[in-house]
Amino acid sequence: MTKIFQSEWMSHLVDALLPVFATLAALIIGAIMLLVLGVNPIDAYAALWDGAFGSSNAFAETLVKATPLLLVALGICISFRGDVINIGGEGQMIIGAILATWVGLNFTDLPGWLVITIAMLAGFFGGAVWGGIPGFLKAYFNVNEILSTVMMNAIAVQLMNFLLRGPMIDPAQAEAASQIPQTARLLDAFRLARLMPPTRLHFGAVIAVVLAGLVYILLWRTTLGYRIRAVGQNPHASRYAGIQVSRYMVLALLLSGAFAGLAGAVQVYGVNYRMITDGSASGFTGSAGFNGIVAALFGGLHPIWSIPASILFGALLVGANKMQRIVQVPSALIIALNGLVVVFVVSSEILRKQRQRKRLAVAKRDDELPPSGDKQIQQAEAGS
Amino acid sequence: MSETDNLPSGRSRIHSLEMRGITKRFPGVLASDHVNFDVKAGEVHALLGENGAGKSTLMKILYGLYHPDEGEILINGKPVRISSPTDSINLGIGMIHQHFMLVPTLTVAENVALGLPSSRGLLTDLDVVSKRIVDLADIYGLRLDPSAYVWQLSVGQQQRIEIIKALYRGAALLILDEPTAVLTPQEVDELFVIMRQMTKDGHGLVFISHKLHEVVEICNRVSVLRDGKMIGTRPTSETTKQDLANWMVGREVGFAPDRGNVQRGEIRLKLEDVKCGSDRGTPGLRGVSLDIHAGEILGIAGVSGNGQRELAEAVTGLRKVISGKVTLEGGEITNLQPAEITERLLSYIPEERMKDGMIKDFTVAENLILREHHKPPYSNYGFLNLKNISANADMLIKKFRVKTPSQETMAKNLSGGNIQKIVLAREISRTPRVIIAAQPTRGLDIGATEYVREQLLEQRKLGTAIILISEDLDEIFALSDRIAVLYEGSVMDIVPRASATPQKLGMLMAGVHPENA
Ligand SMILES: Nc1ncnc2c1ncn2[C@@H]1O[C@H](COP(=O)(O)OP(=O)(O)OP(=O)(O)O)[C@@H](O)[C@H]1O
Ligand SMILES: [Mg+2]
Repeated sequence: MTKIFQSEWMSHLVDALLPVFATLAALIIGAIMLLVLGVNPIDAYAALWDGAFGSSNAFAETLVKATPLLLVALGICISFRGDVINIGGEGQMIIGAILATWVGLNFTDLPGWLVITIAMLAGFFGGAVWGGIPGFLKAYFNVNEILSTVMMNAIAVQLMNFLLRGPMIDPAQAEAASQIPQTARLLDAFRLARLMPPTRLHFGAVIAVVLAGLVYILLWRTTLGYRIRAVGQNPHASRYAGIQVSRYMVLALLLSGAFAGLAGAVQVYGVNYRMITDGSASGFTGSAGFNGIVAALFGGLHPIWSIPASILFGALLVGANKMQRIVQVPSALIIALNGLVVVFVVSSEILRKQRQRKRLAVAKRDDELPPSGDKQIQQAEAGS
Repeated sequence: MSETDNLPSGRSRIHSLEMRGITKRFPGVLASDHVNFDVKAGEVHALLGENGAGKSTLMKILYGLYHPDEGEILINGKPVRISSPTDSINLGIGMIHQHFMLVPTLTVAENVALGLPSSRGLLTDLDVVSKRIVDLADIYGLRLDPSAYVWQLSVGQQQRIEIIKALYRGAALLILDEPTAVLTPQEVDELFVIMRQMTKDGHGLVFISHKLHEVVEICNRVSVLRDGKMIGTRPTSETTKQDLANWMVGREVGFAPDRGNVQRGEIRLKLEDVKCGSDRGTPGLRGVSLDIHAGEILGIAGVSGNGQRELAEAVTGLRKVISGKVTLEGGEITNLQPAEITERLLSYIPEERMKDGMIKDFTVAENLILREHHKPPYSNYGFLNLKNISANADMLIKKFRVKTPSQETMAKNLSGGNIQKIVLAREISRTPRVIIAAQPTRGLDIGATEYVREQLLEQRKLGTAIILISEDLDEIFALSDRIAVLYEGSVMDIVPRASATPQKLGMLMAGVHPENA
């Protein structure tokens, strides 16, 4: 390993490129699997490329896929910078979508722009609540947020299944014997505008890109962002600086959830126009709640870099579908390929953190003083 | 000096080590500029220079942590390639960082064995390691129990583990980067005994320190770096402390700041029978009562670990007070949130500044507003005012002569002393009502030390109440109006400076009342 540490610069460059290497590695393993299945990987990846960028419709589909990824990724940028891990994007998307749908189905008298605005805010709010609860549990009861956010996902799915089968079911379905678990369709006036008909590219993409800019401003131009980053980097010094560490942990997770919730709302108003469930979370989210994490890591937890990262990842998802159709590989392989990329990119992030720690361990500043027993900051705060 | 070619550790000597034309650039800084430096077996070679002169950088290059852009390294006349610490360790070079890389929950032997190939394959043979540690400890006079747990040991003892670790790995040449900054005076003496033994046995040592009396005492030769350039090398016998100071800074340096006469005012900070715990569950403060007046510097003397840290944290709200009362300007602040206490203009320069007082991955400018980031002029309606933040950074960088390529540089990329200056600049410049300064000049060069002391005296003149926690008795005497001695969490006595002597303080610090002795 030491040879790779040839120089500081080299080492940093390697860090920056790790996610790219990870993706390539995943694709190479995918190629081996394709070979084993008797498929020419070059044909397969050509189909993938074609599916993602081959036509304006293909590219539009890529952007449609990228939109919820980017929204979730923006939230992830906030929470990970605050050193809070949010694995609950799926659940937060669902709750956001449910609230937004409810708004659309109940305020049919109001003008479209107003309903859309309220619905988006409702989605934002729903996700915030769903993210805020684990944040609160972490900050004040020391509950691990990775576990609690995953559990909140499970609860959200059950809630969705219950609501779509019962209270929120499309009255038409309730009357008919079919009983498909779905809500009624939103009014046409409530749809997010299409940007490039006949493609499905919708106004949500614009919302996401604008928000990327706003999240950048939030993180680096506001007191709130300063505090979230401070808490994420050094909770001791943050406490010393008069920042209430617990509060900003909750806020980071809450904001993160809010963006995922908005992603859910945008999916309903921009793509599906109703909620429908196949019983699983990914049936609605397309796993954007997880994939958004990968996109954010891919973008170096930077909101602006998350834009190309999300597009790339969206392309991978859309292209993989086409690949499946053209070269006739089992859909399990596509899921596996997708999973490989996720696992590799997430591991590369862990590796990057380790390398950073290692570098620090060897190159510790001279004037850094020996550690004393670590205080449990959160406990101290909760206790006082 | 024995003339066999082997060291007592069995390792062959490095008769001479030479660094030639070493150049290292960082973004915006030329940290080493064609530097020549050499060390011989049997000598202590001091490396001096102001904060940011490039001492640590040069030594990290020698140890393989950084790679020079130009230059070569020769051992016993032959060029060698050092591209990682593994290489340098194999070549017989060891380095003691000021931050020890020990695992507190492991024993001494386990720490030494960490990362070593074992004679028993994957299993570590701790008995063998322990025996070797005892042998090495005997040879070099390092008292150390291999089965002791690291967390039980003092800073000085932990440093000894690091030395043993280096010797165990066969270090013939040892780099000590500011080893004395965290040691008590007694521990410094003990370190010097070890260092003398090592040179007698044929090791070569590089010694970095900002304390010139140490350099004069222990070193054979001294080299001075200024702005990345090697100014020159001289035998220590031909220099004095004052020479060295002038040579290093390039101007006359005074050693005793002028205290002036200040009338002390009302009581600013009052502690009444304050009790609190410590990190290890032992009683941190066992009922401390103190009054600190406006325009007064109260020195807190004592061996570190006797409640100094707890005292500072209890007052600043970072540690829970179990009983007793803390009053700031007449208002009770016991167990208020740190935010509320900071709001009342209480400044705190923590001892562990890197961990408690700044954020390494924030820029210099961001670190300089850590305390006031949420208030005008740095923040309006929740938005940061970048213009004012930047102006503040420019002003403080200039005033405190912080050496940094820009205010946008990450704090972690500054030299050790310059990182310290960021905290000092920020805490002193906010026109505080009370300052708690723990080891404020640790790691600073003599120019910066002088400046910080002047600043503290200036604050005193302005009527600020100051608690000065220091292990450096010279500093305590130079600045304090009264001196309180902490021993095992209690105040032994408070003496006016005029009637304090080092002997008297020394006894109090050991827990003995002179009257009773
Ligand atoms: N990793 C790094 N990245 C960028 N700049 C660096 C890095 N390490 C050191 N520098 C710069 O190199 C210069 C020399 O730093 P160095 O740490 O060698 O100083 P020093 O002589 O050890 O000072 P001190 O007495 O304060 O410890 C400084 O200007 C510092 O900012
Ligand atoms: Mg240094």
